[in-house]
Amino acid sequence: MSLTRLVTLTLAIMLAAVPAAAQSVLRIGLNDDPDALDPTISRAYTGRLVFAGLCDKLFDVTPELKIIPQLAIGFEWAPDQRSVVLKLRSGVKFHDGEPFNADAVKFNIERHINTAGSFRKTEIGQISSVDVLDATTVRLNLSEPLVPLLAALTDRAGMMVSPKAARALGDKFGTRPVCAGPYRFVERVAQGKIAMERFADYWDKGTVHIDRVEFIPILDSTARLASLRSGDLHMIERASPTDLPEIRGDSRLRVTGVPELGYQMIPMNVNNGPKSKTLGDVRVRQAIDLAIDRETLVKAVFNDEYIPGNQWVSPTNQYYNAKLPVRKRDVARARQLLKEAGQPNLAFTLIVPPERDRQEAAQIIQAMLAEAGITMKIQTQENVTMLTNGRKGDFEAYFTFWSGRPDPDGNVFTHNTCKGAQNDPRYCNAEFDALVAKARQTPDPAGRKKLYDRATKHLLRDLPRLHLWHRRVFTGYTAKLTGFTPYPDGIIRLRGLKLN
Amino acid sequence: MQLAVFVARRLAVLVPTLFFVSVLIFSLQTLLPGDAAIALAGEESDPAAIAGIRAKYHLDQPVVVQYGIWMSKVLRGDLGESLRNRIPVTELLASKLPVTVELAVCSMLIALLIGIPTGVVSAVRRGTAVDVAANAVALSGLSVPHFWLGIMLILLFAVRLGWLPASGYVPPWEDLGRNLTTILLPSIVLGTGVAGVMMRHTRGAMLQTLSADYVRTARAKSVPERLVVLKHALRNALIPVITLGAIEFGRLLSGAVLTEQIFAIPGFGKMLVDGVFNRDYAVVQGVVLVSAGLYVLLNLLADILYFLANPRLRGA
Repeated sequence: MSLTRLVTLTLAIMLAAVPAAAQSVLRIGLNDDPDALDPTISRAYTGRLVFAGLCDKLFDVTPELKIIPQLAIGFEWAPDQRSVVLKLRSGVKFHDGEPFNADAVKFNIERHINTAGSFRKTEIGQISSVDVLDATTVRLNLSEPLVPLLAALTDRAGMMVSPKAARALGDKFGTRPVCAGPYRFVERVAQGKIAMERFADYWDKGTVHIDRVEFIPILDSTARLASLRSGDLHMIERASPTDLPEIRGDSRLRVTGVPELGYQMIPMNVNNGPKSKTLGDVRVRQAIDLAIDRETLVKAVFNDEYIPGNQWVSPTNQYYNAKLPVRKRDVARARQLLKEAGQPNLAFTLIVPPERDRQEAAQIIQAMLAEAGITMKIQTQENVTMLTNGRKGDFEAYFTFWSGRPDPDGNVFTHNTCKGAQNDPRYCNAEFDALVAKARQTPDPAGRKKLYDRATKHLLRDLPRLHLWHRRVFTGYTAKLTGFTPYPDGIIRLRGLKLN
Repeated sequence: MQLAVFVARRLAVLVPTLFFVSVLIFSLQTLLPGDAAIALAGEESDPAAIAGIRAKYHLDQPVVVQYGIWMSKVLRGDLGESLRNRIPVTELLASKLPVTVELAVCSMLIALLIGIPTGVVSAVRRGTAVDVAANAVALSGLSVPHFWLGIMLILLFAVRLGWLPASGYVPPWEDLGRNLTTILLPSIVLGTGVAGVMMRHTRGAMLQTLSADYVRTARAKSVPERLVVLKHALRNALIPVITLGAIEFGRLLSGAVLTEQIFAIPGFGKMLVDGVFNRDYAVVQGVVLVSAGLYVLLNLLADILYFLANPRLRGA
C-alpha cells in the first residue's frame, strides 16, 4: 500500500471513530423505587416523578395551582355541573405512533374506573359514562356534580396511555408503559434505574432539550447527596433539611424550596374501637393540641426550614382559614381541660414509624406534653403495620402524613367525612360532611373558600387529627441545569430543562 | 467415580432443603404484622381497590391454600410477580443475580488477595511487629461498620477527589470500564470485612500446619523455607480456609443490604429488604429460595474442592 493511501485510510478510520455529538443525559436521584409504571394502579409518590416525563395528562397545573391545558386544550361545564365537555389537542401521538384522540380518552377513563385494583376509581369514580362527540371532543357525564374532577385530571387519573399498548400488554403494562409524554420508556432495572429517551414526535418538542433522562433510586439521603455533589446525579428530589447547609455551601449546586401541598399529622382515635376511650373526649384532644408549640418544634427539628401549621392546607394556601392561625402554646389551659375531662394524668401511646423526622419530632412533643402532665409513650412501628393498625382502630394516636392534592377536596374529604376511606379516627360530624360535600359541587373559588372556612372551624374545635407542620419540597440540582421551576407538588417537570 | 457418587448424594439433599426453606419462609411471612394489600395501597385507601388486590393475589385465602397456589406455579418455573411493580420475580432475579454475583466475586477476590497473604505472613512472622500489625488491620476490617466505611469512601473518592462514582451500577456489557469503577468501592467495603475473617483463619491454619511433623521433616531435609511455607504448609492450611471461603461467599451472594443501599447497587440484598418492608411476598420468597439453593451449591463446591485437595478423602 502506498504511503498516501495509508495516510488516507488512517485519517478515514480516525474520523469514523470520532463520536457523534454526545447525548445529553439528566440523572435524577429518587428517594425510593417507584411501583408499577401504570397510572391506573400506581400509588407511590415517586411514580409520579417518573410519569411526569413519560405520560402527559389532560391538564396540568401552574406553580400557583391554576389548571392549564396539556392534552386537553379547553373545558366547558354544563350548567347543572353534571357533565363537562373537553376539547382535545390534535396532532398528538402516543410513543407507539398511535393517535391520541377522543376514543383514546374514553378508553383511558374507562380503564381508570374499571380496572380491578385501580387506585384512580375514588378520584374519578363519579364519571358514569364518556361520550365521544367527535375526534377531538369528549363529554364526561357525572353521577353527581364534582368540581375537583378537573384537578384529578391533572394527575394520574388524567394520564393517557396508548390503548393499543394497554390492550396488548394487559396487566403487564406497568412494566413497559407507552404514553404521550416528552420522553418514551427505554428500560427499567428494578431498584436500579429507569431510563427514558426523547420522543421525536412529541407535540411540544421545542421545549424538550435533554436527550435522555435516568431516574435512580437511592434510599440513603447521605449517599444521595454525595452523588449530587460528586456529579453522578444532576438533581435530587425532596432533599432533607439537614442536607441544605451542604448544598447551599457548594457553589456548584442550587436548591429551591416550595411549601408542600400536604401536611404532617397525628390522627387520634375518636371513635374507632375500644382504644378510642383514651382520646375520645374532645377536651383531651384540645389539651394535647394546646400543649404543643409548633413553632419551637419546627425550629428544633428542622432548623425552621418547614412551616408550622394547624390546618389541612398550609398557611400559604388560598384555602387556609387565616382567622384561625396556629395557636400559642397554653400549658395552663391544657391542664385545666384535662382536669375538666377527668384525666389530669393523661397517658397515651403515639405510634411512630422508624423515620428520622417523625421520631425526633415525637421526642420533642413528648417533652412538651410532659410539662402539661401528659405522659406520651412512643411506640415505634414499621409504616405498613402502623397504617394497618390505623385502619383497624388498634391505636390511640399515630404519626403520619398526607402528600397533598392540588384541589382542597383531596386534602380533607376522605380524611374527615363520616364514611371517608381515610377516616381512621372515625370522626363523624354531619354538619362538616354537608359543608365539604357542598364545596365539591361549588365551582366558584370564593364560594368554596367560605364553605371550607366553616368546615375548618369544626375540625379545629373537634381535632380528630393534629396538623403540625408542612414541609417545603426542596429540590437540589447542579448549577449546570437551567430552566427548572419548582412546583408545590414536588414533581419535576422536564420540559424546559437544559443541561449545560 | 467416588466424586460422582459424592456429588450425587449432596445434590439429592438440595430438593428437601429447598422444600423446607420454602415452607419456613412462607410461614414466617404470615407472622409479619401489617397487611400486604395496605402496603401496596399506601396512602390510597379505597377499600374496593384494597379488596381487589387481596383477591387478585389470593391474599384473602388461607395460608395453606396460598402456599399450594404458589408452589404449583414454582414447579412450573413461575415464581409469581412483584406485588409492587408487577415485574415477574424470575425477571427480577435474573437481572439482579449477575449484579450480586459480580459484587460477591469482586469482594471475595479482594478478601482473598488481602486475607490469605496477610494470614501467611502473620503466621510465619508470629509474635513480631508484622504479626501485630496484621492482626490489628484484620480486626479493623471486622469491626468497622460497612455503612460508615462506605460513606467515608464515597466522600473521599467520589466527592473530594472525584476519581470514582458515588453510586449506581453499570452492567459490564454496557460499559466495562464504568462497571469496574462502580463496583470497586462497594467491593472494598465488603471485601475488607471478609478479609479480616480470612486472615484470622489462614493464620490459625498456618500456625497448625507449620508445627506439623511433615513440615519439620521438610525443613530437616533443607527444603527452601519459601517452598516449605507455600508448598507444604499453605496447601494443607487452605483446606479449612476453602470451607470458610465458601460460607463467606454464600453470605455475600445473599446480598449485602447496607452496602447495596449506600451505593445504590440493584442487588439481592436491597430487593429482599424492600420486599419485606413492602410485604412483597413473592419477591421475598423468590430471593430466599434462590439464595438457599445457591448456598447449598456453594457448600457442595467447597466440599468438592476439599475432596480434591485432600488425598486422604479420596482414598476413603
